[in-house]
Amino acid sequence: MADRDTVLDVRGLCTSFGSAAAGAGAVTAVNDASFSIRRGETLVLVGESGCGKSVTSHSLMRLLPASASLRGEAWLTGRDGRRTELLSLGADAMRRVRGRELGMIFQEPMTSLNPLQRVGDQIAEPLLAHGLCSRGEARRRAIELLRQVGIAEAETRAIQYPHQMSGGMRQRVMIASALACRPSVLIADEPTTALDVTVQAQILRLIRRLQREMGMAVLFITHDMGVVSQIADRVAVMYGGRLVEVADKRTLFTQPRHPYTRGLLAAVPDPRRRGRLQGIPGQVEPAGAAPGCGFARRCAQAGPACFSTFPAWVVGDEAHAVACHHPDPLRSVA
Amino acid sequence: MTADDTLLSFDRVGLRFAVRSGWFGKARSLGALHDVSFALKRGEVLGIVGESGCGKSSLAKLAMRLVAPSSGTIRYQGVPLDEHRGAAARQLCGEVQMVFQDPNASLNPRMTIAQSLHEPFVLHRRGTHAQQRAEIDGLLAAVGLPPEVLARHPHELSGGQKQRVAIARALALKPKVLIADEAVAALDASVKAQIVNLLLDLKQQFDLSIIFISHDLPMVETLCDRVLVLYLGRLMEQAPRDAIATGGLHPYTQALWRSSPAVDAEASLDDEAPVAGEIPSPFDPPAGCVFHTRCPQAMPACSAQVPPAIDCGAGHRVACLLQAAPQADAQRRPAM
Repeated sequence: MADRDTVLDVRGLCTSFGSAAAGAGAVTAVNDASFSIRRGETLVLVGESGCGKSVTSHSLMRLLPASASLRGEAWLTGRDGRRTELLSLGADAMRRVRGRELGMIFQEPMTSLNPLQRVGDQIAEPLLAHGLCSRGEARRRAIELLRQVGIAEAETRAIQYPHQMSGGMRQRVMIASALACRPSVLIADEPTTALDVTVQAQILRLIRRLQREMGMAVLFITHDMGVVSQIADRVAVMYGGRLVEVADKRTLFTQPRHPYTRGLLAAVPDPRRRGRLQGIPGQVEPAGAAPGCGFARRCAQAGPACFSTFPAWVVGDEAHAVACHHPDPLRSVA
Repeated sequence: MTADDTLLSFDRVGLRFAVRSGWFGKARSLGALHDVSFALKRGEVLGIVGESGCGKSSLAKLAMRLVAPSSGTIRYQGVPLDEHRGAAARQLCGEVQMVFQDPNASLNPRMTIAQSLHEPFVLHRRGTHAQQRAEIDGLLAAVGLPPEVLARHPHELSGGQKQRVAIARALALKPKVLIADEAVAALDASVKAQIVNLLLDLKQQFDLSIIFISHDLPMVETLCDRVLVLYLGRLMEQAPRDAIATGGLHPYTQALWRSSPAVDAEASLDDEAPVAGEIPSPFDPPAGCVFHTRCPQAMPACSAQVPPAIDCGAGHRVACLLQAAPQADAQRRPAM
């Protein structure tokens, strides 16, 4: 399945919390998630709160607490062509991958930057931690990176602290730090959610520009369909800990097959139509609450099978897969 | 606009705060709002958009009479707010109500939903106990919650349910004006749509006028009859929804709209962001037009002169020198 360009290949990722040995109470936050990302491609993981999108990214980065247990495989192809399986990697080996082959930026740049460290040092840190260059060279590269992410007067900014910068600038610093080692995969977990729209527009463009320059694969996590439509090459829709539909952006937006995807798209306000919106009835339920399809209780199409077994993947064509007992027939919604 | 269909009006309202940095720091004056004039008409949904620090929430607080304006006058049904005293002031309190962004912060975690909903009636001494119970049951039904939730505490409800409770409480005193300050921003997309629909239904049912404060432009466009665009405490543009939907006239409005595209399969990012830079510090706002430091169409005059609000007709006002120059331009625009 994985072709030569595949940088990250995730097969059957399951993440659960609470040890199974301790008996009941284990929660499966991500259940059997499989996807792959090619070099230079942006895969957007979209879903509502609690759907497991952040747990997926934290699983790949191995940033989960000790109570989490992981199953499945996640193969990362490094810049040198070596393939590494992330989920079974030891702590030391993972530390050599994290920040070097796999970069990550988070939603809240204030809590993910060290308030007591100068931003230049924070950007240089991954370079030094991975032993990629000398201290002087790292400092020079940090200033260069600040410039690359569009921060003026980079030399002065490099010796400032995070609190001296605006939210947008802090997110630029986060990006510079995550990209210092030119990772092959960048995981961006809601990187623009805390930003104003005009700054969001700048940061999205920055991520895309750097992605092109470095040929990175990007796993972008968001709940905002507007952002999806701007940045995605392919989209994976997640609900209740499971992927429910994967397709390239245009296909997903014009021919959504899963009732949840269609509901999500319909719930977005359309300025061409005024007045009432089309909501999805019910509430978002926690992952793995009941057997069967997690969306069944909110789904108009649900039949008896939906409440007992999770549907098998229906693959329409190469690029479009949907996990639903009653997928919408292939058609265009104009 | 006739006086009788105006419910709430701001007349050249300004709001300044004295902010002290540190214990011994010098007090600095922060201008939260400057010279803002607009009117909320009966039965209208008025959208207020802008980025953080633009003064959206200050405006809501002024309308709620939680703070007093530093200059200008706010009138409710033609009477200045500060002339309402005693019983009239308490009455006014019930007529303008607000729903906040985060229901976790606006509902007391130690009170049951019944207690939270009961509180406004007690504070305003409305009705007998039996009448209050009946009102509460009616409110729950109106916001689509089952009676079982009355005995629960906020932590036992989902985010959408909590926001429904917050809305029910805001409606308890039968307000005429409901201010929704980012009331759906924290909700998931599918639930957000439910709450927005609820607001529209309640508007009909309770004959409300709504001030809908949001940074979600597609949402504002879908919901609102008229939109105010704020930037750094100044009103950049106010226009009927249709004029805003076509991009508006102010470069800031245009930049906002281009920064937040609707969901579209064909959307893509052009290389240049609509505007560069970030919002300047409100302690040290740029001279002249506050947007000139980021405006792609700024002219030398923009940094020298605060642009006056130019009336383009049909309730459309723009504070931009680009619109001031050729009068002919204003006439070329199709009438709205």
